[in-house]
Amino acid sequence: MSTIFEQPRVEAPANYLNVDYGWKSWLFTTDHKRIALLYLFSITAFFMVGGAFAVAMRINLASPRGVFSADTYNKLFTMHGIIMVFFFLVPSIPAVLGNFLIPIMIGARDLAFPRINLLSWYIYIVGGIFALWAAFDGGVDTGWTFYAPYSTTYSNTHVILTAMGVFVAGFSSILTGLNFIVTIHKMRAPGMTWMRLPLFVWAHYATALIQVLGTPVIAITLVLLALERILHAGIFDPAVGGDPILFQHLFWFYSHPAVYIMILPGMGVMSELVTCFSRKGIFGYSFVAFSSIAIAVVGFFVWGHHLFVAGQSMYAGTVFSLLSFIVAVPSAIKVFNWTATMYRGSISFDTPMLYAFGFIGLFTIGGLTGLILATMALDVHLTDTYFVIAHFHYVMVGGMVMAYLGGIHFWFPKITGRMYPELWAKFAALVVFVGFNLTFFPQFLLGYLGMPRRYYSYPEEFQVLHVMSSAGASILGVGYVIPLIYLAWAWRKGPRAPQNPWDAKGLEWEKAPSPPPTFNFDTLPIVTEPAYNYSGEPEKEEPLAGEQRGDRHA
Amino acid sequence: MAIATHNERLRHHFDTAEQQEESSTLGMWVFLLTEIMFFGGMFGAYTVYRNMYPDAFASTSRFMNITLGAINTVVLITSSLTMALAVRSAQLGVKRALILFLVLTLLLGCIFLGVKVVEYHEKWVDHHIPGPGFRYDDARYFRQAQILFFLYFAMTGMHALHMIIGAGLLATLIIMARRDRFSAAWHTPVEMIGLYWHFVDIVWIFLFPLLYLIGRTR
Repeated sequence: MSTIFEQPRVEAPANYLNVDYGWKSWLFTTDHKRIALLYLFSITAFFMVGGAFAVAMRINLASPRGVFSADTYNKLFTMHGIIMVFFFLVPSIPAVLGNFLIPIMIGARDLAFPRINLLSWYIYIVGGIFALWAAFDGGVDTGWTFYAPYSTTYSNTHVILTAMGVFVAGFSSILTGLNFIVTIHKMRAPGMTWMRLPLFVWAHYATALIQVLGTPVIAITLVLLALERILHAGIFDPAVGGDPILFQHLFWFYSHPAVYIMILPGMGVMSELVTCFSRKGIFGYSFVAFSSIAIAVVGFFVWGHHLFVAGQSMYAGTVFSLLSFIVAVPSAIKVFNWTATMYRGSISFDTPMLYAFGFIGLFTIGGLTGLILATMALDVHLTDTYFVIAHFHYVMVGGMVMAYLGGIHFWFPKITGRMYPELWAKFAALVVFVGFNLTFFPQFLLGYLGMPRRYYSYPEEFQVLHVMSSAGASILGVGYVIPLIYLAWAWRKGPRAPQNPWDAKGLEWEKAPSPPPTFNFDTLPIVTEPAYNYSGEPEKEEPLAGEQRGDRHA
Repeated sequence: MAIATHNERLRHHFDTAEQQEESSTLGMWVFLLTEIMFFGGMFGAYTVYRNMYPDAFASTSRFMNITLGAINTVVLITSSLTMALAVRSAQLGVKRALILFLVLTLLLGCIFLGVKVVEYHEKWVDHHIPGPGFRYDDARYFRQAQILFFLYFAMTGMHALHMIIGAGLLATLIIMARRDRFSAAWHTPVEMIGLYWHFVDIVWIFLFPLLYLIGRTR
């Protein structure tokens, strides 16, 4: 009994997680990876709040008479929209995965402005506190679109407080975008040319352009809204000579491009997932890369398709309709290129790839129904019906949330250094897919049959479809809770992940340990091959006019 | 273990001082881009209402104090000159000139804000501040005039807010300069805040003709 063999204590190599455990090391960190985790936990919290409002809505809609009062229901869908759009979808992939991965993917030690990065998180939290304060102190009932003059003159809820929350959170988005643009321009490792950038980075570059150019417009619009609510000078009030359509123009000038803020990063994730699990290079790299930029640019000129029935001129409507069709082209290029990438690839069905399959199918439905809505004659019939709700949920939830979950699973080993339980993950992916379709497909039918959005009650013939939708929502909810549980478990108890569990390409897998050290790499990476070089072939031709090296050490 | 060539101004994630400097400059320009879009929303609203109510607009422009506006324009352009000279002094590493020009810029900025207060006070006395107390002599244009004064206050107010922030930044620069924080080798904050100051000036260069000069009837 006297001999005690001491297990030799193996010191885990220093990484960004175990370098310090104090709360100050988190709240005052400037490490982009830790800030990404701060965002991860906070947006998950907001997702649950926004989800709770959705649950309440679906409970209400399970019966034709409703459970809550009309006023309560108005507040529910408003808070659901505001929390989900401004506090979950807009920051989701950029602020979590983009923040974590962009510096590693381009071979940098951090983003260009680490302190501004931390500041953006604090700004986000302050904005979120405003919004939650408004939500739990009586709520707001204008719809997430804040349309005037209802929001400026008639609503007696917390419009200003909520608008300030969105205004403040907007600056967080601006600062994230600014940081990404400068980082991608100035921080690339030697050899990391623009045409060797992972498509995830291209997608975030395009996203950042929209964040930087669009967000200030919603900021000033909300300032004018708040001032108008205080002063009642009538700037958006038709009763005293103001123009409510002007508010809609200003609002959608940001909020339509913001839709692309919410989907482009998901498309970036998709390019990574599809190539890795097909063991093939991307089909048509430059098309996928520049389609992101095309979406960002053209996306700024389509906002008027939200105003087809608002009194906009017929000629403006025609032009906006045409442009809306054009913006679908680059999105379609992406979908075709992903499927072409899979063609003759050796596809494996790991969890991230299941989400990628889900994305392609659901995003295609969401995108094509978008074209139906961009057709003026059809839009007159479908405006403000459940068809619109189903359309953008297919893009936002079927697209972005699928990509977000796929991305979280794909990079989970890198972020935490642990593997998640594959079987549970596959099961959850399936539940999410089934639940999602059961929730939102009936809403296409409801909309087609004429069920308007934002109504707390409905005629009895719609009940079957509404009950199907509510049942689907409960399945979808389960599908979201399962990953929450097993990922939390795996973070502490999961088996240790190797550096590159997927045998994937990219600096984050090939050069950075799991989890990475504070400065990401043990030695400065030098890039010598194109992105997604799964075939291992040397670069055939110089992609773009001779630019051989990244800006660093040029 | 200190590295011999370690530059205390070079932050850990940059390789070279040039890279750091270029990043700051690009970041500032991107930020100014967001500012253009921010003011752009108001300029857009201005354009819409000016086209909608040209007569009411001509009527309100009589109440803009063109003398004070012109004085402020001169003050602000001069402050841009002193700011440019401050940046030049920083590049040359002349501390005394740097502080002098920064103080002058700050002073001119404060004069601008002081004149603005006088103008706002005039509007207050005339009951031209939008809201319940708003009055307008020409009954035909009462409602439209209120909207146009709303835009006047929103645009010049937002501009003044940027001036106040700029003044705070200048004060910070003066303190930093007094503590010998800048040298010919490193003076990025002076350059960045210089860019910001020029931008705020340019906004006024657009505001002055649009609000005071165009469509003036008398």
